[in-house]
Amino acid sequence: MTQQSSTQTWRQWLTTDTPRSRRQARLASAYHGWLTLRSNTLAMVGLAILLALLLIAAFAPFLAPHDPLSQDLGARLLPLWTDGHPLGTDSLGRDILSRLIYGSRITLYIVTLVALIAPIAGLLVGTIAGYTGGIVDAVLMRITDIFLAFPRLVLALAFVAALGAGIENAVLAISLTAWPPYARIARAETLTIRRSDFISAVQLQGAGPLRIITRHIWPLCISSLIVRVTLDMAGVILAAAGLGFLGLGAQPPSPEWGAMISEGRKFILDFWWVAAMPGLAIFTVSLAFNLLGDGLRDVLDPKSGSS
Amino acid sequence: MATAETNGKGRLSSALSSRILMRTIKTLFSVLVTMLGLLLVTFVIGRVMPIDPVLSVVGESATRETYDAARAAMGLDKPIVVQFLIYIWDVMHGDFGNSLLTARPVAQDIARVFPATLELATLGTIFGVLLGVPLGVVAAVKRGTWIDQLARVVALVGYSMPIFWLGLMGLLLFYGVLGWVGGPGRVGIFYVDVVPPVTGMILIDSILDQNWTVLKNAISHIILPSSILGYYSLAYISRMTRSFMLEQLSAEYITTARVKGLPERTVIWRHAFRNIKVQLITVIALSYANLLEGSVLTEIIFSWPGIGSYITNALLSADMNAVLGGTVVVGLVFVLLNIFSELLYKFFDPRAAE
Repeated sequence: MTQQSSTQTWRQWLTTDTPRSRRQARLASAYHGWLTLRSNTLAMVGLAILLALLLIAAFAPFLAPHDPLSQDLGARLLPLWTDGHPLGTDSLGRDILSRLIYGSRITLYIVTLVALIAPIAGLLVGTIAGYTGGIVDAVLMRITDIFLAFPRLVLALAFVAALGAGIENAVLAISLTAWPPYARIARAETLTIRRSDFISAVQLQGAGPLRIITRHIWPLCISSLIVRVTLDMAGVILAAAGLGFLGLGAQPPSPEWGAMISEGRKFILDFWWVAAMPGLAIFTVSLAFNLLGDGLRDVLDPKSGSS
Repeated sequence: MATAETNGKGRLSSALSSRILMRTIKTLFSVLVTMLGLLLVTFVIGRVMPIDPVLSVVGESATRETYDAARAAMGLDKPIVVQFLIYIWDVMHGDFGNSLLTARPVAQDIARVFPATLELATLGTIFGVLLGVPLGVVAAVKRGTWIDQLARVVALVGYSMPIFWLGLMGLLLFYGVLGWVGGPGRVGIFYVDVVPPVTGMILIDSILDQNWTVLKNAISHIILPSSILGYYSLAYISRMTRSFMLEQLSAEYITTARVKGLPERTVIWRHAFRNIKVQLITVIALSYANLLEGSVLTEIIFSWPGIGSYITNALLSADMNAVLGGTVVVGLVFVLLNIFSELLYKFFDPRAAE
C-alpha cells in the first residue's frame, strides 16, 4: 500500500472502477455499502447507539458509579437525580444506573448467543434442504413450516417451563422459535444459486456437495441473513426482556432489564422510575436494532428496499 | 388450463373444481401435519421436564408399589409411541388432564378464561385496523412528506416498545396519575360476577343483561390494555398498508384514472384501496393471531384473567398440564388463523395459487 499512498489516497483506491485484486474489489464494495449506509441518518443513529452499548458493556466496571449488587437499605427507593445515584435506587437500595450499565452485558450476551445459534441452525437446515431437494427438502421444510406456525412467545414459555428458568434456557427457547425464517431464506437463496453456471463449473472441477455448500453457497447467503438478524434482534431483546419480566430468564439478583421492570412493578404508583428506567433502556436498544436493520436492508438487499 | 378452454365450458369447470378440491385436500393435509407437529412438540416438552410427574402426585415418601401403581395408572409405563398416541387421542377429545392449581379439568379452565383474551385481542385488532389502515394509506399517498415520516416513526416505536412496559407506564399515567381509566382487572371489585356469564365476554354479557353500569365500568377497564395492544398491531398494519398502497399507486391504471380527471379521493379509495383489500385481510388475520399471543404479557400487567395469565400462573407453580393445554389451544388458534389468511388469499387472488 505504500506505493499507492504516495500517488493516490485510500479513498481513490477504494472507489476505483478497476480493482487490481480480489481483496481490493471486496473492500471497495464494502466501502460502497458503508457510504450508502452513512447517508441514512436514522441507521447511523442506530449504529451509534449500539456501539455505545458495546462500549458501556465493555467498560462497565469503570463507568458504573456503584456495585450493581451491593444493597443499602438505608438508601432505598431514592428518586432521580439524587447525589451519587443519578437514576435513583431500587427497593434494596441498589443504584439503578449501575444496574442498567451491568445489565447491558446480559442483553448483549443473550443477543449474541441467539444471533449465532438461530441463523446458523437455519442456514444448515435451509441449505441442506435446498441443495439436496426431494424428500429431504420436503421433510425439512415441513418441520420449518410447523415451527413457523407456532406462537413464538408461548412456545418459548413452554420450553422454559420444561427446561427450567435461567439465561441459557431462555436463549435456547428463543433460538428454538427463531430459526425457521432463516431456514426459509437460506433455502430460497440456495435454490437460486444452485442452478447458476458457476456452481456447475465448480461441480465439473470435481467439488463435492460439502465443499460447494460451505465454500460457495454459504458466503452468498450471509448478506440476506445478516439483514434478517439485525431486524430480528429487536424482537429477541423484547422476548428476552419478557421472559425476564415473567421471572423465567435471568434470575435475581442479576441486573437483567426485564427482571428489573418486574421488581419495580410492585412500587409503580409511588416510585415509578424503578420500572421506567430499565424499560427505556430496552426500548432504546431495540429501536437501535430496528433503525440499523432498516438501513442495512437498503444496502445489502436493494431488491426489497424500504420504498 | 389451455386444453380445458378449447374443450368447452364443462371441462373447464370440472378442471377448475378438481383443482379447488386438490388445493383443499392439500391445505387440510398441511393443517393436519402442522397440528400433529404442534402436539409432538408439546408432548416432547412434557417429557423433557425435570419434574417427575409421578412423584408430584404420590409425594416423596411413597413406597415403591404405590409409585409403580400411580405410574401405571398415568400410563407412563407404556412405550413412548403409545403414550404419544394416547396423548393425541386425549387432546382430540378435549382432555388435557387436570390442573394441579385449580383441581379442575384444564379444558374447562381454558373455556372459562379464553373469552377474556378473545375480547381483549378483538378490541385491540379493531383499534389497530381503524387507526392503522388510514395511517398507512395517508403515508403512501403523501409519500416522503412529514406525515410519512411520522407514520414511520410511530411504527418503528411500536415495533421496538416492550409492550408490558408500555402497559405499566400507561397504567401509571392514566390510572395512577390522571385517574381516567379503571385499574387492573376486567371490572371494578364491586361489579365482579354481577352480570350472568353468557358468552364470557363481559362487554357483550353486560349488554345482554342491559346492565349499563357494569358495561361502563368494563369499558373503562378494557380501554387501556386494548389500545396498547392496538398500538402494537397498528405498527404492523400501517406499514403493510403503506407498502401495498405504494405498489398500487405506481400502477398504470391509477395514472389512467387520474388522467381521466377522477377526483383524487375516488382514485385512492375506489380504485387503489379496493385492490389491496384482500392482502389487507390476510395481514389483519395474521396480526390478530399475533395479538392473541402478544396479550400474554399485557394480561399479566393488567391482571386480566385470560389465557396468558392462566399459562403464566400455571408456569410459576409447575402445573405442566395447564401450561401445555394452554400452549396447545393458543397454538391451534394461531395455526388456524394462519391457514385461514393463507386460504383467503388463495381464494381471492388466483395468482397466489401457483
